[in-house]
This record gives sequence, structure tokens and C-alpha cells, in this order.
Amino acid sequence: MIHVAGLGKRYRVGERERYFALRDVLSRAITAPFQRSERREPDYLWAIRDVSFDIREGEVVGLIGRNGSGKTTLLKLLSRITRPTTGFAEIQGRVGSLLEVGTGFHPELTGRENIYLSGAVLGMNKRDIDRKFDEIVAFAEVARFLDTPLKHFSTGMQMRLAFAVAAHLEPEILLVDEVLAVGDLEFQKKCLGKMQEVSKSGRTIVFVSHQMNQIRRLCERVMWINAGQIRQSGPTGEIIAAYEAASLQQDSHESLQQACFSRWSLGDGSNLLRDGLSEVSLHFYLQLSAAVRQGHFGIAIIDNDNLVLIGWGFDNLDLGQGAQELVLRIPALPLRPGAYTLMCSLFDGGNNLTGGELVEQWHAVPPLIVDTPPLSHPQDRWAGVLNIPADLQVCPSTVTAGDVSGQE
Amino acid sequence: MSATAATETSTLATATKPVLRIAPPAGWCEIPLGELWSYRELLYFMVWRDIKIRYKQTVIGAAWAVLQPLMTMIIFSLVFGKLAHIPSEGMPYAIFYYSALLPWMYFASALQNATNTIVENQRVITKVYFPRLALPLAAVLAGLVDFGISFLMFVVLMLYYRIHPTVAILWLPAFLLLAVLTALGVGLWLSALNAIYRDVRYVLPFLVQFWMFASPVAYPASLVPVKWRWLYGLNPMAGVIEGFRWSLAGHGEPPGRILIASVGVVILILLGGVAYFQRMETTVADVV
Repeated sequence: MIHVAGLGKRYRVGERERYFALRDVLSRAITAPFQRSERREPDYLWAIRDVSFDIREGEVVGLIGRNGSGKTTLLKLLSRITRPTTGFAEIQGRVGSLLEVGTGFHPELTGRENIYLSGAVLGMNKRDIDRKFDEIVAFAEVARFLDTPLKHFSTGMQMRLAFAVAAHLEPEILLVDEVLAVGDLEFQKKCLGKMQEVSKSGRTIVFVSHQMNQIRRLCERVMWINAGQIRQSGPTGEIIAAYEAASLQQDSHESLQQACFSRWSLGDGSNLLRDGLSEVSLHFYLQLSAAVRQGHFGIAIIDNDNLVLIGWGFDNLDLGQGAQELVLRIPALPLRPGAYTLMCSLFDGGNNLTGGELVEQWHAVPPLIVDTPPLSHPQDRWAGVLNIPADLQVCPSTVTAGDVSGQE
Repeated sequence: MSATAATETSTLATATKPVLRIAPPAGWCEIPLGELWSYRELLYFMVWRDIKIRYKQTVIGAAWAVLQPLMTMIIFSLVFGKLAHIPSEGMPYAIFYYSALLPWMYFASALQNATNTIVENQRVITKVYFPRLALPLAAVLAGLVDFGISFLMFVVLMLYYRIHPTVAILWLPAFLLLAVLTALGVGLWLSALNAIYRDVRYVLPFLVQFWMFASPVAYPASLVPVKWRWLYGLNPMAGVIEGFRWSLAGHGEPPGRILIASVGVVILILLGGVAYFQRMETTVADVV
């Protein structure tokens, strides 16, 4: 259980990660001995300012935000590495913090020795480590190298060992900074799995990550930190969506490109098409840093075999600078169930044949998912690409055999 | 700020588990003895690590712990003894110098390790919390292993010169404790200062050298006029070294006046050091 009220941490700019030489202090005293009284107002930076929140026991909370927004400072305050300038936090339960992989490792010591050392530094006692030792070794897959000095380990092996030790911490409250991004993909999956296991065991976890899929898988609740303050807090999906929308907007502002598609959706805001036989609208959102004149918008629907099922082109578009939405209305989109790529392109000053300039091309994510009942032939071979209902009627023939023969 | 904080305090007060409160550093310093005790295993591992890595990748390893005082003893015997004819109070020069070098070498290396410990462990300090006091404490304690090894050499010397220890040797642990506390007290000051002013690192070798000449390592304290003894005793290592000579070799008299002054000074340095270190602790992760 964590209760935080009005927490703030102020750094003097330049003070962080810098130490003084006595010389500076002395020379200041010599060159300006009488200026002490009119102390220059130093530049301050609030890494965290007036942050208040509560985290219940057993809750798994994600912290997201841009680099330098104060996420790590917040973790450092909660783990007592640094002390707050204002406010306070109350924490109930044993806190373990994992701000870095390999804290306390020493290159001269063997793998075995480092497990004990790092474990102790992270807050385990010897009995815990003894009990978990085999598990840690198995998880890190370093059994053969236990008695080799760490400096002979590959970076990957060091990372694996470090995470393995950390993953077997069993505090009641775990504070984790971006550390799951270690090792190869296989190991990352293993780490994430372990974290999920830990989070399901009822422990309180505060988890910082830039990888939204990790946050989605682990956290029930997300706090979005921006410029040292909580910008938004709430259910994971909602906050991530808001955060991603904002960062996309920010990214496109920063990019030098003239135009940038940010997202797309169907009329209901999803990418899931459940009815291909009524009118379908596709909404494309884009950011323009400069206006497009006499532009061309091209859109194609492509299936998994890279077959273009249909494409449209629209000429003579005039789009102003800023956010724009293009709405494509189609009377029906009778596609077979499956995933389809929408490929969008935008030209300025004509189309691709009349000398227009391609300013943006986008394989839309997420893909369009068609989830309609299949209506065509039950055998794939004959089902084709369209999904249009057909009705077969058996009509008693009014034309008799005799008539046929009569025509002859 | 504090007014609003006070009103919001007790949402957790009814809970059963102890609540840890994280707040801005208060103006005064608390000595976290209880907390240090709860981190005793970490302290143990830190001492263990320091000992383990000390002689890694050395050819003769722990033999250095014997060689250093032994070589110094030989040089001192030649230069100060045979050339300068400094009196040794009737002891063989080997015993006279080695018995002083035992605590002195421990003190010098413990002080050096303690001074550098905060800077050397800055990565750990900025990534995980533990009572920072454990670092200089571990550095000072780890030096005791070297002391033990070089002490064995002293036993050999005692046997060689057929010197029988007297009851005074029972006082040895007390003098050793005084040496540990001196190293810790001064180490606390210097490690905290070193975290902020890296100049300390360069000052330290000179400091140790001056200090040695201000201590009765190369000469007996009896050379110091009696009326200045108490002043001389303000250097706690003077009391320690005289105490070692007396309790090990059994010569002379117990270092009374010097010792009293030394103990008093050590207590002052230690208390001041802990207070200063604790103040530094609140900001060390931001500064180091």
C-alpha cells in the first residue's frame, strides 16, 4: 500500500551528477568574498512536482511518459534512493526496487558469488538466496559458468543472470524501472512471463516502461507522468490510448515530413468490420506541416497474399495545414473474413502520373479485420476473395422438353 | 507544505504492518543503528566482497598483507634504527617497528578504503537503497582480515625473539577497537567530503603520510616531552600505537594520559562523523 501526497523533488540545475572541486569553492570565496549575501537565485528544476496518488495492496500500476518526465525520479523517491524536497510518501510493506539490471555486480567475482552479492544488495537475505539459488541459475541458463568470473560472461549472459536474481526478489512492493528490455527476444518473453507471474501472486508493483504492450499485459492501471506531474491516471487501455494519441501528434510535429498519417478507424472507432454489406466508412487522420494543393489520395486494400483487391484514387485535393480527417465511404465492402492491409498514399501537386510528389505512404496499422460470417464456397479453393451472399432458387421449368425439341 | 502534509498523514495509521514514511530530510540527524542492524547481512556481504576482490588477479594474494609491514619494518629498522639510532625502548627493532606497523597499516588502508567507498559504489548508491553507513563500515571491517594475517607474522617474530606476552596482551582487542573506531570516524568524514569534493582523494596520501609522522610509528612516544603528552594524545593513533607496543611486547608502562585523550578524541570524531555522514546521505544520490 502506497500513499503519496504532494511529493516533489527539486534539483538545482547542474547539481545532479556533478561534484564540486574544492578549487571552485575557494576561488569563489576569493574572487567574490563579499557577494555571499546577495546570493544569485540558482536555477531549479522540479523533476517531480506536487504528485499525489494512492496504490492499493496487490495493484499493478504502470508509469508511462516521455524520457525525462520524472518517472525514474518518482521510483527513486519511493525506493528512498533520494529524498523528496516537499510532501511525503507512506509505504506499507517491504520495498524492493529494480532500477537497473545488475546492481551490485562485480566483474571479478564468479557467477555464484555475484548471485549472492547482487541478491543481498537488492534486499534478499542469505537464506532466501540459498533457497532460490537453483531456480535463479536455471532461469538465467548459466549453470555451466557458475564458477567463472563475471567479466568472462558475455553481455547477454550477464544480463540474464542479473535479471534472474532480480526476478526472484520477493518483496511485498516491487518498483521496476525499464529493465525488461534486456537480452534476446526469447529471454524478454521469459522475463515478461516471470513478471506476469509475480504480478498475479498478489504483490504490489509499480512498473515503468516505454513498451506499451508490456504495460498492457501487466498493468491494471496506468499513471501518465508529464513534466513531473501526473497528467492522467486511470484504466490501462484508456490512458495508453490518450498517451499514444498525444505522442503521435507530438512526433508528427517534430518530423520534417510534410504529411503524416497518425491513425485510422472505421466509423465506430474500431478496426473490426462486422458487416460488409452495408455502407462502410473509413476515417484516416493525418497531420500536415504544410498544405497540400492539387493533391492525390490513393488507397488500396491488400490481402495476405499481397493481392490488391481494390484500389481508389482521388485527385484535386486541397488540404490545409494541421490535422485533417479523410473519410472514405464505400457502399459495401464484401470481403472474406481475414486481415487486410490498407495502403494509403498522399501526393502533392498532382498524382503519380502527372508529376505529383509523394509526401506520405502508410501501411495502415492496425490492419483491417473482417469478421463476418463466410458466405462464399465452403472450400477455400473456391471461396475467392469476395463475400457476397447469393441465393439459389430451384424453379420448376415452364419450358418443357417438348418445347426444346420443338425449337429444333 | 508541512501543514497540508500533517492533515493528510494518517490514512494508513490504522494498518497493522509498519509504515515507512518518506519525507524531506529533517534538520537534525538520526543515527540509524536499528536500521543498520536490520541490514547486517548486507554488511556481511559487503565485507565479504571487499575481502574477496582485494587480492583477485594478484600472484601472491594475501601474502601482501604480510609483505607490506614486513618490508616496511626492515626499512625502518635500517634507516631509523641502525642509521638514525632512534631508541626502541629496549625492544628488538623488528618487534618495535612491527608492533607499531600492525595497527598503523591497518589504519592507513582502512581509512583509504573507507574514504573512497562512497565514490566507488556510486552506481549502487544511485540504484538501490540501503543505509549508506554500511559502506564505510564494511570498508573498515574488511581491513581486519589483513590485520589478522599480518598479526600471524608478528607471532612468528615473537617466537623468533623469544618474547613472552604478558597479561597486558588482554588489552589488545581494546586498542584494536580504538584503531577501528578511529579509522571509521575519520573515514566517515572523508568519504562524505570525497563524495562532494573529489580533492579529498588527492589530499589523502599526504594526510596519511603526515599522520604517520605525527604518530609514534618510527619513534617511541617517550621522545615526546611529558608535558606535551596530552596534546600528543589528541592524535588517537598515538594512543593506539603506544597501546599496541605495551600490550604486545610488555615493555614500558600503559599509555595512560595519551590514551585518555585519544579515547575522548575518537568519540568526538566518530559522533561528528556519523552526523556529518548522515546529513550527506540525504543528498548523496543526487550529488555523487
